[in-house]
Amino acid sequence: MFDKYMICEEGFGNVVEDDQVVGFTFLARLPYYRGIGLSMVEDIGVVIDGEPVSRQDVRFTVRGRTWTLDEMETEYTERWNFGEKAAVTVRRPNGLAPGRHRLQLSERIRVSYLPFVPTTRDAKELDIPA
Amino acid sequence: MSTYDIKRGVSLYSYQEEYFLRQKSLEDLIKVSAEMGAKGIELISEQTFPGYPNPLAPSVYDNWHALMAKYGTTPVCHDFMLDYKKYKDRPMPFEEQVASCKVDIDHAARLGCPYTRALVSIEPNVLVACADYAESRNVRLLIEVHAPLHFDHPWIIRHAEAFEKSGSDYLGFLPDMGMFLFAFPPVWKEKFMRDGVPQHIADYICKAYEDRVLSEYVILEVEKMGGVGPAIGMATALRHNAAFEPKRMLDHMDRIWNVHAKFYEMTEDLVEPSIPYDEIIRVLKQGGYKGYICSEYEGNRWIQDAFPVDSIEQVRRQQEMFKKLIGEPQAAVSAA
Repeated sequence: MFDKYMICEEGFGNVVEDDQVVGFTFLARLPYYRGIGLSMVEDIGVVIDGEPVSRQDVRFTVRGRTWTLDEMETEYTERWNFGEKAAVTVRRPNGLAPGRHRLQLSERIRVSYLPFVPTTRDAKELDIPA
Repeated sequence: MSTYDIKRGVSLYSYQEEYFLRQKSLEDLIKVSAEMGAKGIELISEQTFPGYPNPLAPSVYDNWHALMAKYGTTPVCHDFMLDYKKYKDRPMPFEEQVASCKVDIDHAARLGCPYTRALVSIEPNVLVACADYAESRNVRLLIEVHAPLHFDHPWIIRHAEAFEKSGSDYLGFLPDMGMFLFAFPPVWKEKFMRDGVPQHIADYICKAYEDRVLSEYVILEVEKMGGVGPAIGMATALRHNAAFEPKRMLDHMDRIWNVHAKFYEMTEDLVEPSIPYDEIIRVLKQGGYKGYICSEYEGNRWIQDAFPVDSIEQVRRQQEMFKKLIGEPQAAVSAA
């Protein structure tokens, strides 16, 4: 219901730690009409320029705390709030080259009242500044 | 005919597009609702309040009550979710489900809501186990009767029987008017066509819906017509929607205490093309309904791919329709 707003236009860039580019990051939102506990976020899938990212390389950060996707599955207190922008970071040596990239995002959430586990997708072309 | 007292309200769910995008604040939404004369306010707290159902700061409740006082609005209903699939590897134990509902009952009481909405998939025995607690907080628990379920479905009959057996006056129903979908909504058809459904298949599905053809037959026919992907998706929408009859509410009026006025589109001439609000209001009057009907706009997801969303204008049109259908005195209309 908010599919086209999942990937935010702003916040796309490389991640630098100790003068090394260690990956890239972007801002993401839930495509849902309420917030949800992190244990119910089953997967955040990222495809960059057609290349799927390994689940182990994805980190999720909201309000200053960071989880791996496996850690999120047993996080029973913290939530991803309605419309809240979370940072999704992909560990990737040297990050991304400057220029335009095609970013695809899928979010799978477990919603109690639905008899299936929906996956929602968005894709955008975004720029890494030179 | 019984006496009735139908009051106008709005669920803040209606404004989800603008609230999601941070274009409108909670105060903005309360203010515009009051200006339309929709003085009853319903909300999904997991949408409105970041962090909920984790404990909220006292200032959140103070602000809520200050807004209600400032704009002359009345809290009606806190819609709760009960995430019984919180644990991936195991079901949530019964006692934990009951404890979770009690958090929502407490929260509804602090907001000043006389009602709290339970989702339709919640087991009746969980609600029955909460009835005495709900009574102690003077909050009534209402199960939402929502398409594809309806008042004659065995799952809802099971709830009705459990409520009667409990003897509690604190368990009831909140019908969602989307179950009375008498025509395939034009905004749905147009979205499916933008997604690639051919005109002749889209026309067939709408006609079959109006002819009340069983959904399974429609899906098979669309497959025979060569329909794939979104065409099957459009036909499958018939599994989840039907034109049940508003008069089926009459058997349950003693436990219907709030109503979701679901709608997908209000045209400029104040018509919802797919939900029969004239008949719905007639039935509510006949049944002596005393309570709120809360606007629940759910059209944003059907148009946002191609058009700007103006939820406030959509709700305003529905409220104008309600003024006419309920028959508010003309003086009150012109003063609003």
